[in-house]
Amino acid sequence: MSQTHASSPNSVVISDTIVALATASGVGAIAVIRLSGPQSVGIINSVFKGKDLSKQASHTIHFGTIQEDGTILDEVLVSLFIAPKSYTKEDVVEISTHGSPFIVESIIKLLIKKGARAAKPGEFTLRAFLNGGMDLSQAEAVADLISSNSQASHQMAMQQMRGGFSTQLQHLREQLIHFASMIELELDFSEEDVEFADRDDLKGLIYQINNVLHKLIRSFEQGNVMKNGVPVVIAGKPNVGKSTLLNVLLNEERAIVSEIAGTTRDTIEDEMIIHGVNFRFIDTAGIRETADKIEAIGVERTHEKIGRAKLVIYLIDPLETMNEISEQLNYLRGLNIPFLAVVNKSDLLTEELSGKLKQFDLAYISAKNAEGIDELKEAILEKVNLHKISTDDVLVSNIRHLEALQKTEGALNRVLEGIENPITSDFLALDIKQALYYLGEITGAVTTDDLLENIFSKFCIGK
Amino acid sequence: MFKKYDIIVVGAGHAGCEAAMAAANLGSSVLLITMNMNTIAQMSCNPAMGGVAKGQIVREIDAMGGFSGIITDKTSIQFRMLNRSKGPAMWSPRAQSDRMRFAEEWRLTLESNLNVDFWQDTVSSILVKGDKVSGVKTSLGIEIESDAVILTNGTFLNGLIHIGEKRFGGGRAAERAATGITEQLMSLGFESGRMKTGTPPRVDGRSLDYSKMEEQWGDEERGRFSFTDVELSKEQRCCWITYTNSTVHETLKEGFEKSPMFTGRIKGLGPRYCPSIEDKINRFAERERHQIFVEPEGWNTVEIYVNGFSTSLPEDVQYKALTLIPGFEKARMFRPGYAIEYDYFPPTQLSLTLETKLINNLFFAGQINGTTGYEEAASQGFIAGINAHQKIKDNHELIMKRSESYIGVLIDDLVTKGTEEPYRMFTSRAEHRLLLRQDNADIRLSPIGHNLGLISDERLQKVKDKVVNAEEIVDFTKRHSLEPSSVNGILEEVGTSAISQNAKLFQLLSRPQLSFKTLRSASPSLDELLGKYNKETIEEAEIKIKYESYFEKELEIVNKMQRMEDHQINPEFDYHTLGSLSKEAREKLMKIKPRTLGQASRISGVSPSDISVLMVHITR
Repeated sequence: MSQTHASSPNSVVISDTIVALATASGVGAIAVIRLSGPQSVGIINSVFKGKDLSKQASHTIHFGTIQEDGTILDEVLVSLFIAPKSYTKEDVVEISTHGSPFIVESIIKLLIKKGARAAKPGEFTLRAFLNGGMDLSQAEAVADLISSNSQASHQMAMQQMRGGFSTQLQHLREQLIHFASMIELELDFSEEDVEFADRDDLKGLIYQINNVLHKLIRSFEQGNVMKNGVPVVIAGKPNVGKSTLLNVLLNEERAIVSEIAGTTRDTIEDEMIIHGVNFRFIDTAGIRETADKIEAIGVERTHEKIGRAKLVIYLIDPLETMNEISEQLNYLRGLNIPFLAVVNKSDLLTEELSGKLKQFDLAYISAKNAEGIDELKEAILEKVNLHKISTDDVLVSNIRHLEALQKTEGALNRVLEGIENPITSDFLALDIKQALYYLGEITGAVTTDDLLENIFSKFCIGK
Repeated sequence: MFKKYDIIVVGAGHAGCEAAMAAANLGSSVLLITMNMNTIAQMSCNPAMGGVAKGQIVREIDAMGGFSGIITDKTSIQFRMLNRSKGPAMWSPRAQSDRMRFAEEWRLTLESNLNVDFWQDTVSSILVKGDKVSGVKTSLGIEIESDAVILTNGTFLNGLIHIGEKRFGGGRAAERAATGITEQLMSLGFESGRMKTGTPPRVDGRSLDYSKMEEQWGDEERGRFSFTDVELSKEQRCCWITYTNSTVHETLKEGFEKSPMFTGRIKGLGPRYCPSIEDKINRFAERERHQIFVEPEGWNTVEIYVNGFSTSLPEDVQYKALTLIPGFEKARMFRPGYAIEYDYFPPTQLSLTLETKLINNLFFAGQINGTTGYEEAASQGFIAGINAHQKIKDNHELIMKRSESYIGVLIDDLVTKGTEEPYRMFTSRAEHRLLLRQDNADIRLSPIGHNLGLISDERLQKVKDKVVNAEEIVDFTKRHSLEPSSVNGILEEVGTSAISQNAKLFQLLSRPQLSFKTLRSASPSLDELLGKYNKETIEEAEIKIKYESYFEKELEIVNKMQRMEDHQINPEFDYHTLGSLSKEAREKLMKIKPRTLGQASRISGVSPSDISVLMVHITR
């Protein structure tokens, strides 16, 4: 069967060869350009000077040059992956070039001229899926991967892609199917004396499944944080240096991750990645507007923002009175949200002041002089506790999965209720069936078109 | 000697009778060919119709204008609604029929239809012109022309009867087998297989001691199969229950070495769900006893059907074992039980209209498709009759949906998955069974029957009235409350908690202990309203009130899955061009030629990822 795979010329799904840059765009030491499709080897062979690549074995690497009209574009290494032993299960060629955007662009243009087509986002994965190289949940994880923008969410998507997540659910689903069939037996053979499904065993199984569901649902919150960024509110009185801190944090990080799209300094929300974790810093305009009284924080909008935060960085001016500081800290404690009280303008501190401030648990920075920023970052990571989340843990990051998990849980709880105040087994069966259905939506045992739509909207395949 | 008919129906069992009647009522000229006109509509096995899931099928046939329900009602000697203690989707009507009256009633019904002609003969082959059937040839050498042929051969194709070590050709006890058709169809390219079924001995009721058995009476308030106003007998006959025991089992085991089942002489696969007594003993050795239902075969006859004692052991072993059952000590046997092997044609060779994919205008229905049961057969016959007529008159085909009927589930299962053993309907086969109830079969299906012309305007109006009136009753219960003083007495009586303030009828009725019947006396206005409507309408309203929330949940999933059913696939699609499908999936899809993505997803060997591939392909 493998021989009739994608490289077969009459395959109606895939007959063309696509090309794209496989590594991040921008300047780097090397860049990898990937070709996939039946003409991959032919196309590269037509521009490659070195060995005849069509005569080389799969999984081999070859040194040579890429030439256009006698001009050498670059010295490259070409890796061959012949169908079906490749990511897409088609013939795949990977070209490692030097990482100049100019070289990369020239080579891709040349390959397109020779018959390749620029790949759409996610198209390599789409092909892998269509060619049976991965199941739905893996494809979905890849879709997440494409839209992931931090190391943590990347790892999470990778974890899902490896299938760890669905295996566990699949196992539980099978056990539940067994019970469902016992109940069905009871129903269809009610006239004959069949043995009934043991309700206590069923309850036991449901408790077991619910435990796993709880864990998965809880992990969504953390997963969501990884994917969408940890919301951090920077608050404090006017002119305490909130914007300066934000800018310092941003400037420093921007040098490292200059490619993050959409970060503009003018918005009051800004994302950045600290030690691989995506953060979303939120400036609270509310405090600015409603001026100097701490009670003014109670302005609803600000409150709402703070309420959604995983962490509040509260800036304090060292020149405020101890009473004022104490009052503000009390307010912060009352919020029940982790907070960091940070004294800005540490350059203004006198020794006397430092001594007095020791009664509070405070961090010290000078945003203006970019002092104490690294320590602050450590403290932030510490506070949000994120380094404790192992990305190897099974995590749920997809809202569709979360909904399905919640619906499963709801259905199972109704089964439990139904066992307690006995409803007849046909209705128990309905709730079990619903639970199975939603579990199946996650594991891919149930195929619905909204699921596919959800996944492939991220792959933008043409309709 | 014969004119050219629109449709020839071969076989006059449950499938053949419904097929002939449906086609004739739609206006086709029909010739019904049977080997023996005295055995039209024989109940070859159990003299009963309905049961769990099967009763729903009979209601569906009736709701669309078939006759199995009417004939059962006219001839039943006992009626029970099974599973009353469960939710309404499980309620299943079952009736004992008078075997002879049942057959007679069917024959009279067919005779009353001027479009139906009869011919007693054996069909030995079909006539084929090109890729289309053109009639049949009989054992008398007569060729009769028709535009369509429906084969409903039951257990007759190369039928082989086994009793102990004896075996002889036959389609039913004392009836010849039919030969030639299987061989011809195979030469035309059809695949065939072998199945087995069996029947228990019949005994003389005068020889039984009923005092040693438990009585089993019919429902006091008698239900019915037909939505029409067939008059029901007021009387019912009693049935009895008794049990086998270890001495019975030991005696039966003595015959095992002569059992055609265990010696390998029977090659066909029998129904696991309807095992012979020797099978039960063999497979469930730990069970000390098995239930035996003692069922009269009619109003007046003394013949008794020994339900639960199906066997093909030697007749002397059958007899000896029977006499060891309490109440059977002096039993006299009328007819021995036997097993029968017969040919069937794997139903994956059919399309959803029951027409064969190989030969146009040739339809199969009943046991020839690998099913077991009168109800399964009758419903296929009914649909085949309709579709044969529709086909030759160039009308739209009738494909029943899984979400609207058991019949749809049955045909889709057969055509999409095929079957290795005799296929019997179960409620669990219907993923949307909560919606496929016996009470709402008319609401679900009478519009379809009316659209075809099998249900009169008057009958459809009755269904519409039922819907509107039930709705009115439901609305009433949402508006009207009962006072504690008027209802607490009743609540206490039925063992549910009293109310301290006025409560809406709707809320009260949702309690399992309460019904319209129990609450009627507490409210004169309710009593007056209910007085306006019939039993069925009131029942419909009560079911809605008590279970609507469940139905809504079920509908939620139906609607989600329906989108898969709505994705049409061209039946001629060449799956070999989809290299990304698994090899098995490609082959199965080419064979089954599914009409929709939903159907494709039910084919065994087609995995969810194959479906995803198809979905991406056909929706882009």
